[in-house]
This record gives sequence, structure tokens and C-alpha cells, in this order.
Amino acid sequence: MTESKTISQREDQIVDDFSLFDDWMSKYEYIIELGKKLPLIDENYKNELYEVKGCQSKVWLNAEMKDGMLYYKADSDAIITKGIISLLIEVLSGNKPEEIKNAEMDFLNKIGLKEHLSPNRANGLNAMINKMKNFAIKYSGENVN
Amino acid sequence: MDTQTSNIETIDITKLREEFPILSRKISGEPIAYFDNAATSQKPLSVINAISEYYETINSNVHRGIHTLSEEATEAYENSREKARKFINAQNTGEIVFVKGTTEGINLVASSFGSKVVGEGDEVIISEMEHHSNLVPWQKLCESKNAKLKFIPVNDKGELITDEFRKMINEKTKLISLVYISNSLGTVNPVSEIIETAHSFNVPVVLDAAQAAPHMKIDVQKLDCDFLAFSGHKMYGPTGIGILFGKEKHLESMPPYQYGGEMIKSVTYDKTVFNVLPYKFEAGTPNIAGAIVLGTAVDFIERLGHENIHNREMQLLTYANQLFGEIGDIRIIGTAENKTCLISFIINGIHPYDTGSILDNLGIAVRTGFHCTQPLIEQRFRLPGTVRASFAFYNTFEEIDRLAAGLSKVKSMFL
Repeated sequence: MTESKTISQREDQIVDDFSLFDDWMSKYEYIIELGKKLPLIDENYKNELYEVKGCQSKVWLNAEMKDGMLYYKADSDAIITKGIISLLIEVLSGNKPEEIKNAEMDFLNKIGLKEHLSPNRANGLNAMINKMKNFAIKYSGENVN
Repeated sequence: MDTQTSNIETIDITKLREEFPILSRKISGEPIAYFDNAATSQKPLSVINAISEYYETINSNVHRGIHTLSEEATEAYENSREKARKFINAQNTGEIVFVKGTTEGINLVASSFGSKVVGEGDEVIISEMEHHSNLVPWQKLCESKNAKLKFIPVNDKGELITDEFRKMINEKTKLISLVYISNSLGTVNPVSEIIETAHSFNVPVVLDAAQAAPHMKIDVQKLDCDFLAFSGHKMYGPTGIGILFGKEKHLESMPPYQYGGEMIKSVTYDKTVFNVLPYKFEAGTPNIAGAIVLGTAVDFIERLGHENIHNREMQLLTYANQLFGEIGDIRIIGTAENKTCLISFIINGIHPYDTGSILDNLGIAVRTGFHCTQPLIEQRFRLPGTVRASFAFYNTFEEIDRLAAGLSKVKSMFL
């Protein structure tokens, strides 16, 4: 399990994994595999409240606190999108909200994902990250109080 | 299959492709196969060069100056209007209004003509397959007037159910606005038949001809449509310019859409007299370069010939349909008898976004999503979107081979 690793260690791990592929088709194949493996979100969450706006495909995202750590679950009707969310969850899930809030998510540039996505699709990626960080902001606020 | 030339001797595709510099670009290391022509077509050198030529030689404001440049620019601008008139066989150039594109043309009609003829309790008819630009303006008009917007239904093949249309038209109907060729299904609608029925009820008809202009000869007198709008950029011309045709009697009766310079005859502090047609609808400095170069695009199409373009595009469509059939698991959305050269489809079980992403990686440009016809795709066909490959005469059989190979690859990756 990755729970004991810091966010930046997890990011480095993904950058390492991606360095094994020499072209984008192989990277896509890997992302598709991750997408197929992403645990499904409960059907109850597939509604507008949990929907990430700004994606070409439908994306639903929820987060729950457990023992001071924030855990994410997500789903999409497109597999590549699921694969990308799976990477985001891999990096962020199971961390303290404060750490998630401040995560730089540099690995997306390092693996070339942002550069590879069209501006349209990069907007969708940013929307997913923002939604994840918003959950962190919401829960870190509760901790302070 | 022969990848170099069409069997129409008058079109040498290899040579013609050289006139489109962008077609030699590479995407993701592969030569681009551009199948997003229904969104916008690529531009030939004659069009690209005409834009710089305008700025290099005659750039000046139109209809204003006494100086030579202004006169030359005005002449070129008005020559282009005449070319556009001939292109759609309108009776006179007063019926040819330069607009930004189809969207502005339809908005102009909805706002200026629609507001005048549609009142409370009246009805406007469009179809289920309209582009948002021919849906939202009417939806807003009907909302503001407390009028009813009705939709001609579409059958499973993506054709209008004209029997239903004949049942819905009545004395309350004040306007019909219809897409000539569907941008998301490819269906060529029986507009002549609809116009005839509409006119028997004295109802004017607006045609959205954005997809028709690059693919077929338009004859507004033969069609007898009341308004017709199309865009330059879908017919090998520049963006930001289009034509609104309106019958003179309608345009005369309509208030201006915008106010400003150019569209006035005389102004005092108390009162304004508007200019004659079509200038009444061309407020402000127009897109002069765009308008002039639209004429160049018309020249280009006429040099090739509508029939040659049509024949070539039908060959491409037939070939693509054949290959799609061989791949299997492909559901084509829009299988009308009378169809233009585009295929909207999904691979069963694969999201259009996934298909489009992989194709992009192979240098193949398609469009995915609702294609600005969200109600049609989502409510009528109950799909999360489609993949649309839309062809132009400059596409090759070899590119379609690559598309088919790409789709097989997508299948193997996701299924």
C-alpha cells in the first residue's frame, strides 16, 4: 500500500513508472489499464452534486475523511479519463487535507500528460484537480474548527 | 484502392492537396488525416494569399473614402457580394448581407424578423436535429414572446418525419427554421417539400445552410426559401464571415439588427433614416478582408465544380462505409438515404472521448461529443456523444484506410 509514502514520493513513483514507456501509445495503454482497474463509485454519487464540470466525458468524484486522512473515490464513463483520475487518486488519496491542498501535482508535467492533452482536455484535468483540492479545503476547514 | 486520383479526370487530388499547405503537417509524428471538415474546412493557397494581398495592396475602409484605396476596397467588397449572390442564385445583391457566419445570420433573423412576426400564443417550428445555433435563438425568442417551439421529430435513421411536420403546421405557425444538411447526422433534409407545405400556410422558412454550402449547389430561387445562412470557413474560406440571404420583401420590412455607422442614410440629433439594403444590416466597419476572400473561396469551389466535389465526396463516403462495416461493432448514427459525406458513430462499448483520444495520437483528427446538437444526441439518440468523421474532397482513400486501422486499434485497446 502507498499510505505511508508522501505525496511527492508517490509522484516520483509515477514518473518512474512512465519513464519505462517510450511512446504515447504505450502510455495510453497503461492509463487504460489503470482506468479499467479503478474501483467503481457507488451509483448514489453519480449525480450533479458530485459531477466534475468541464470534462468531455462524465466524471463523478467524492471524498471521505477517515482518521484524519482524506480518501477519494471517482468514476467516469470514459476509460482514459478513469485512468487519469486513477493517477490523481494514487497521488492524493489517504493524505491529510492540508497536504493535499498544497500538492503541486508536478508529475503531470513530468510524464508529459498535460502537454499531450489538448487545451480542451487539459481544462477537464484541471477541473478534476480543483474538485479534489476543494474537498481538501472543505475538510481542512473542519479540522481547524 | 487508388489513393492518388479520383476517377473524375477533372480533379487531380494529389495536385489539389498541394494547394492546402496544412495537409502536409504532422501530428504526433504522423501525417495529419483531417476528418473534421464539418467543423471547419482547411484553406487553399488562393484563399490564404488573398488575405495578405488585401492588406498589402488595398486595405482601406469601404463605402466611405473618396480616395483610390477606399474605392478599390469597396469595389472588391461589392464584387464579392456579387459572387455570393451568384453562388446561391439570389435575385439581387440587396438580398445578400455579410454577417460573421451562420450563427449571426440566424440570430439576426430571430431577433429582427422573428420578434416582428411571432407573438403570444404563436408557434415556431424547427426540428430535433438542429445545431444549437438554430435552436437556442428560437428557444429564447419563444420564451420572450410566450410562444411555443415545436420540433419535427427524427426517425431512427436520422431522417425528418415529414408526416409529423404536416400535422404540426397550422394557422398559429409563424416561422419555420430548418437545417439543410445535419452537421451531426449528415442527413440532407427534403427542404423543398417542407418549404412548399410551409408556403401553402403562408409561413416563411429559414434555412441553416452551413453544411450545404461546401457540398452542394444552393439555389435560393428554386428552393424559394425566405432566408438562408451559411459560413465562409466551412467552404474553404476564412473564419468570421458568412452570408445571410433574405428575400427583399422580408429584409425591407425588418428593423435593423444593430445600429451604427454604414447602416444609416442620414442622422440628426432627433432622428435617423436607415440606409438601403443590404447596408441597413451591416452596421460598423465590416470584416472587409473576410468578405473579399469569401469571394475567393467561391471562385475556388466553382473552379472545381460542385458536381466534381460531390462525386469525389460520395466515393469517399462509400469507401468509408464499406471499411466501417468490415471492422464490426460500429454503430453509425445517421443512415439516411440522402446523406452527405460524414459518418457519426460509436464503437459499441467505447466512449467517444476514448476513441477520439487514441485517433488523435495516430494523427487522425475527428470530432467527439455532441457536435452542438446536444438534445439530438442525448435526448433523441440517448448517447453520451458520438465520434464524427467528416470528409472533404481532399481526403484520400489512404487516409480512410488509416482511420479504419485506427478504429481497429481502438477496439483492441478497449474491448
